[in-house]
Amino acid sequence: MPSWPLNQWYVAAYSDEIEDELFGRTVCGEPLAFFRTSAGEVVALADRCVHRRYPLSRSHLQDDQVVCGYHGFTYDQRGSCVAAPAQKRIPRTARVPVWTVRELDSLVWVWIGDQELADEALIPRAPWLDREGWTTVRGMEPLAARAGLLVDNLLDLSHETYLHGGYIGTPEVAETPITTEVDEDAEVVYVSRHMDDAACPPFYERSTGLQGRITRWQDIEFHPPCLYLLHSRIAPVGVLPPEDGPDDRAFHVEVVYAITPETEHSTHDFWMVARDFALDDQEVSHFLAESNRTVVLQDVEALDVLEVVVEGERENYQELSINIDTGGLAARRLIARQVAAGAPEAAAPVAAR
Amino acid sequence: MLPKRRPRWLPGDRPVMTGEGEPVRADLPAPTRMLTGRSVYRIVWQLNTDVLVGYCWCGQSHEAQEPIALWDWLLAHPDTHPDCGSPAPFAPGPDRAVVVS
Repeated sequence: MPSWPLNQWYVAAYSDEIEDELFGRTVCGEPLAFFRTSAGEVVALADRCVHRRYPLSRSHLQDDQVVCGYHGFTYDQRGSCVAAPAQKRIPRTARVPVWTVRELDSLVWVWIGDQELADEALIPRAPWLDREGWTTVRGMEPLAARAGLLVDNLLDLSHETYLHGGYIGTPEVAETPITTEVDEDAEVVYVSRHMDDAACPPFYERSTGLQGRITRWQDIEFHPPCLYLLHSRIAPVGVLPPEDGPDDRAFHVEVVYAITPETEHSTHDFWMVARDFALDDQEVSHFLAESNRTVVLQDVEALDVLEVVVEGERENYQELSINIDTGGLAARRLIARQVAAGAPEAAAPVAAR
Repeated sequence: MLPKRRPRWLPGDRPVMTGEGEPVRADLPAPTRMLTGRSVYRIVWQLNTDVLVGYCWCGQSHEAQEPIALWDWLLAHPDTHPDCGSPAPFAPGPDRAVVVS
């Protein structure tokens, strides 16, 4: 059984990664070939020709059909083979699996698991990513570590103080207590850290122009297994959201991650930074993109090392958890619950005795 | 490019670690309630202490010094307390509501 939950939506790509050429990416151990039809819809097929396994992502698109780059087997958008080389009869089994795909908020989501159960209403939203009044920078870094290590990392931001000092970390992040909430029905973990008098880290000082001490709120909203939202509010000390009306004296940054397993030991680390200020300022965009990428790469370097450590450790190694891990523990539990719920045996009817 | 500036705080300037039994700095107000669903567990890091206070969605609370024991209590609580059946105390209040769509 895989370590990730089945019957869940995962981010497979950014919308602008999939154009009119074939695009290959492995999601949850499934090699997939994506393409965009002339009608603008994204299609995901198994990335393996039924004939001799050649990756369809290395093949050709012709009139919304995939022509295998090895022997010319041709598939339509539903994965049915519509042409085989040098013969008229098409074998009945010449079909590649199709995955359910939806595009929302500039993200391409794919349903991993029983395709009959795919429900678009279950996709968590990140509307800032393509909403008017916001500007987003983004990237994706390959992580040579299991997805769970990135979940642990992002659910406990006290590590910013030590791993990301000089960028987003200041002493107050590690010093300020958190409040953790878990919605058992909606499967959401929420971790709040509200710093009402904190140093302004360079990441925000140089992007907002704020000088001096700030009110800094970090509100994590994690929708396991994949989507992580960090609602970040930055304002001069003492400036709180008004009772009524827009919170227009504060700067808002929505940091979004999509944590998509590639294999049991590697992860696609999608990162996005959306802001509601300096919308057309290319210098700010460049600065935030470079800074966040640097921060992500600091995490990648640490987690790649951790993966080696975890792989090499003895069974049942006993780690230690303290107060800062309250949210991370909740995320682990919800994901474990999703894994159990998505297991094939959980979905199968119980045989009558 | 933006001008390079030395950050006011560098990784070497770490917070002072306190000795055993001494609370870490925790003198800031606790954040307001954020999730407004019917079955929300809440754990608040009590101000000026290392104590965590967990609230079941039925409103009952429990304290612990570390999160695993507290989660164990919270997750067992609805089953072990028969009168803990109707999630009322976490109905949406005046606090900020988060839209989970």
